[in-house]
Amino acid sequence: MRRAKHRRGGRSPAPVLLAAPVPLAAIVLLAALVASAPAWADAAPGAAACSGCHGPAALSSAIPSLDGHAADEIVAQMHAFRSGERKATVMDRIARGFSEEETRAIAEWLAKPEAARHAQP
Amino acid sequence: MPSRRALIGGVAASVAAAVLAAPEVRAQTQPGVIVVGGGFAGASCARALKRMDRDLAVTLIEPEAAYLACPFSNAVIAGLRGIEAQTFSYDQFGSYDRFGDIALIRKRAVGVDAERRRVRLDDGTDIGYTRLVLAPGVDLRFDALPGYDEAASAIMPHAWKAGAQTLLLRDQLAAMPDGGVVILSVPPNPFRCPPGPYERASLIAHYLKTSKPRSKLIILDAKDAFSKQRLFEAAWQELYPGLIEWVPLSSGGRVTEVDPATRTLVTEFGNHQADVANVIPPQRAGAIAQSAGVADQTGWCPIDPVTFESRLQPAIHVIGDAAIGGAMPKSAFSANAQAKACAAAVAALVRERRPAQPKLINTCYSLVAPGYGISIAGVYQPRDGLLAEVEGAGGTSPLEAPLSVRELEAAYAQDWFRTITSEVFG
Ligand SMILES: Cc1cc2nc3c(=O)[nH]c(=O)nc-3n(C[C@H](O)[C@H](O)[C@H](O)COP(=O)(O)OP(=O)(O)OC[C@H]3O[C@@H](n4cnc5c(N)ncnc54)[C@H](O)[C@@H]3O)c2cc1C
Repeated sequence: MRRAKHRRGGRSPAPVLLAAPVPLAAIVLLAALVASAPAWADAAPGAAACSGCHGPAALSSAIPSLDGHAADEIVAQMHAFRSGERKATVMDRIARGFSEEETRAIAEWLAKPEAARHAQP
Repeated sequence: MPSRRALIGGVAASVAAAVLAAPEVRAQTQPGVIVVGGGFAGASCARALKRMDRDLAVTLIEPEAAYLACPFSNAVIAGLRGIEAQTFSYDQFGSYDRFGDIALIRKRAVGVDAERRRVRLDDGTDIGYTRLVLAPGVDLRFDALPGYDEAASAIMPHAWKAGAQTLLLRDQLAAMPDGGVVILSVPPNPFRCPPGPYERASLIAHYLKTSKPRSKLIILDAKDAFSKQRLFEAAWQELYPGLIEWVPLSSGGRVTEVDPATRTLVTEFGNHQADVANVIPPQRAGAIAQSAGVADQTGWCPIDPVTFESRLQPAIHVIGDAAIGGAMPKSAFSANAQAKACAAAVAALVRERRPAQPKLINTCYSLVAPGYGISIAGVYQPRDGLLAEVEGAGGTSPLEAPLSVRELEAAYAQDWFRTITSEVFG
């Protein structure tokens, strides 16, 4: 049940770091990485709980992954759950607990890159 | 030894700071957060803290080499699943974690000096913290039910902590002759996993129906109502007619004493003799909560619903089963959700920022039979100093639903378990 640990291919900036002097492109890349690191801290209220059920696509769960969805699409689905237009087992019950504004904030956060949200490689 | 990732983080930070000419001062002495207990709450919290602030020094204290998960342990008791599927090692902690290093200390915390902000370990050493998160889960009260102590639990298993107790109950059921009487005794609220005893009754009934059809299951309950009651009762009538007898408090269901020698359960209305007795005793927050002074006279820990900080001791936070969660049930899902909200608050507090108002979710699945699942869900937010349910949201699966919905919920239950354990331990 334990997955092998591996770093995402092509993303590791380590080889660049070892070269001196550090090229500007690498600096920009590193600055971006640093900026994205605390994404969990900025999670909209309620958003961090989603990953209890919705995992990365690689898990191939019957509960759909939220990876790679645009914010508008997530908002639309939450509307459909809330109105009952989209049939669900639990999401209809959960969607009703969030206001329009909260739903939008959660969707914006969920639409950020997967790397910011999931624990597993 | 710093991990490669931590090193990269450090270099990246200084490079970024230089480039942006915004010399954000990084604390020279790292603020240290200690998390006690590596269950659904504590392990989630340690990881979330690292994800939120990779420069935070995070230490997880957990004495066991592996975690044994309770969700789905009722399926183990019914012989539907092996205990390996419940077992998760801590190998991912302590060395490199994707979000940085979490120092793992394989010791038991035995005391907290809240004034000096130090945690004492069972080897006599102690370590300091800036903030402490306690997530010890529950302790079973071996002083609450006359006759039921640790020795009695070797004869009348509680199986309310996964592991040897789970297997003991499974083996007793397997050894019982057809026509036997199984008795399950349920404590008053609050206890870990409100629908848990009724899921267990359902799966034991499934086992009896398929393997020992002349047997009977009696539930002696200290309550008059329980979680997902109508769904459970409808399913019992449909799937296990005549097999389960539920005796509520008002009909004399409260067990007041047990005698392990004769496997007798005493109630105000008379004695019951069991071939297999599953006694779930009252519970309270894990012992470390009492010794840290964060548990009140109820045995549980009052907390601020925004930060999960103890109402009794500053700089100590309590999450998961040990905390008074208001309307939130004591579930693995709640523990994980609370852990992430608490981590956000702690990460903000150590950087002297204001914690945000959290919003939490819980979903609890129960299996009534293989391929037959039901659920309860809720959304929660701080209100009047507690975690309160957001009105209009949440609730249980529909009472009238085609089998396809029950099948879907059973599949979701399995996949929820896979996802959450992979987030917490994977
Ligand atoms: C039969 C059963 C079925 C269940 N089914 C479900 C379900 O389907 N869904 C669901 O969401 N929940 C379910 N639960 C509830 C779930 O198991 C608990 O709510 C959850 O485990 C709580 O997590 P926790 O981290 O607070 O405590 P725990 O999981 O108990 O973890 C506590 C950890 O702290 C450690 N610890 C304790 N004291 C110390 C100390 N002094 N020093 C260091 N470490 C310490 C322990 O070793 C342990 O690893 C079920 C429970 C049972 C009993």
